[in-house]
Amino acid sequence: MGGQEVKLETQVHQRNLVKWAADKPEVVVFSADLTSSTEVRLFAETYPERFYSFGMTEQNMISAAGGMAREGFTPWVHTFAVFLYRRALDQIQMSVAYPNLRVRIVGFLPGITTPGGATHQAIEDVAIMRAVPNMTVLETGDATDVETVLDVAQAVDGPVYIRMLRGQIPRLFTEPFKLGRARHLKKGTDLALFTAGITTEEAMRATEVLEKKGVSITHLHVTTHKPFDDPAVLEAIENARYGVITFENHTIVGGLGSEVAEVMAEAGVGKKLLRLGIPDTYAHGGSRPYLMRYYGLDALALVRGVERMLGEELGIEEEDLKAVRLEPVHGDFKAEAL
Amino acid sequence: MSWQEEAKRVADGIRRRVTAFTLKNGGGYLSQACSSAEILATLYTKVMNLGPSVAPPVPPPFRGVPRAGNEDYATGAGYNGPKEPHLDRFFISPVHYALVLYATLVETGRMAEEGLLMFNQDGSTVEMIGAEHSPGHELMAGSLGQALSQVIGIALARREHGESGRNFVFMSDGEFMIGQTWEAVETLAFYKLDSVVVYIDANGQSADGRIDEVMRIEPLKDRLLAFGAVAVEVDGHDVEALAAAAEVPHEGKALFVIARTNPYCGVEVLAERAPRFHYIRFTRPEEKEALERFYVEKWGGKK
Repeated sequence: MGGQEVKLETQVHQRNLVKWAADKPEVVVFSADLTSSTEVRLFAETYPERFYSFGMTEQNMISAAGGMAREGFTPWVHTFAVFLYRRALDQIQMSVAYPNLRVRIVGFLPGITTPGGATHQAIEDVAIMRAVPNMTVLETGDATDVETVLDVAQAVDGPVYIRMLRGQIPRLFTEPFKLGRARHLKKGTDLALFTAGITTEEAMRATEVLEKKGVSITHLHVTTHKPFDDPAVLEAIENARYGVITFENHTIVGGLGSEVAEVMAEAGVGKKLLRLGIPDTYAHGGSRPYLMRYYGLDALALVRGVERMLGEELGIEEEDLKAVRLEPVHGDFKAEAL
Repeated sequence: MSWQEEAKRVADGIRRRVTAFTLKNGGGYLSQACSSAEILATLYTKVMNLGPSVAPPVPPPFRGVPRAGNEDYATGAGYNGPKEPHLDRFFISPVHYALVLYATLVETGRMAEEGLLMFNQDGSTVEMIGAEHSPGHELMAGSLGQALSQVIGIALARREHGESGRNFVFMSDGEFMIGQTWEAVETLAFYKLDSVVVYIDANGQSADGRIDEVMRIEPLKDRLLAFGAVAVEVDGHDVEALAAAAEVPHEGKALFVIARTNPYCGVEVLAERAPRFHYIRFTRPEEKEALERFYVEKWGGKK
């Protein structure tokens, strides 16, 4: 069995948004001169009267989204995440978040998913947006997440930030995700593993091999960074014999690792926590496989992290991980049965 | 009373009330009242088509910020009348003018005088720097330069809904230092938002002092024209000129009225403070005594 490739789909958001918005006249799309790059070109062509070009005026665009939301529309603001949470943070806070308005901030190019380098890589967006009162923070990790995040976000009566994926995306799941509920991918007793976004696929590769080596792991895929109140998180932590690992396409400051740390500390759980992610540094431009290797975001990096936590070498190499064949997960714990 | 007389009465009342609070509080945004009194008075008494206030005459206390589950929350927009398709809306951008706006609401019968007594008191929404829950306010605008963009969203939505009411924005000239303001001006032109009318209190002052010593914003009219707006300049203390400016044709374009004003107009005793007018403080007892004397001479004992 050499096939390592999970099924990849392209332009998932492009097609899905148009279909989804067909019966939702209150949904309008704002774009900041990155219409094709954020997969809303088809929306603009299909519903030109509901598409608003704002050019490279992100601060102005965010404030205007707040204004339009006050009048009953739901603006879905699309551009690269860095130009929203970095450039327009004051506007996000005062024009959108303070008034608790129904604006959906769709931020593309999370972490190292772009070769665009430090100016384009959103490596601390979860940390920053999580600190904004009233804000719900979501992250997508596969094609089903990308599709079903629309309903999840639209049901929130307040502002939502979405870490969005574009281009070629694996389909790892078949069920819609639910607000505030992690996806359960594995259940085990040695380690609790939390992943989000693109690290989940890497982790699924690693856990298949780790399991064969006798490491028993509870693996949760997190789609809701805020509110971070899924009771399954603490349950997984409490049941982990050796400790807890977080694995994120984000710096290890303020994102998933911090979310889990807060839960552990507040519950008084005295266990080891290993935060894997971009190690509090800016990144640079390069291919995704190169960047994932360089910054420790691939399956092998997770395996090495697990070894550190267990205090033993497991003899797993690159080739073992490449040989893993991933299948879509149809529901919670289904992967266990494979 | 003619509308001109009424507008002048309101403007005088604004100056009187803001001067009284400045004396009472030992400081305040008094020069803003001096420069903008006729602008706000003319907008409220002549230019804008607002319905009567639908808010409680005495503002409710602070009941929490907007958040899930805070059903009690309301903005201060109700003091400007109901939101109706045919009615105008008013949005204040430099919300450190809050006291000037509160005084305007009292002088125009939209807020009770008792409301003013809550100014700057703990637990009150009648805050020193207005938030959207403050009387007469509808937007979070204290981070300057954001209101005009927010009004773009409102104006786009109102156009989609087929509403005929105009959207009046009150701005300060200092906000034309800000990049976002110019993003908004080009966007107004791009979307041909002629429902938007902006009155600028061009008093030439900002926090550090004279604007022309802080940053270059002039020639403001030429810049606005170049950005695709209709812009006119008027004497900001001439109520007839201020009212006439709103009638300037501007089909397909936003209208900017640059009201050239004087930061000590009507309270001339402040003139010696040049070039610093942003926040009037009393550093010596004589300064306060001088303003006290001016007040009594101009308005008698009435506060």
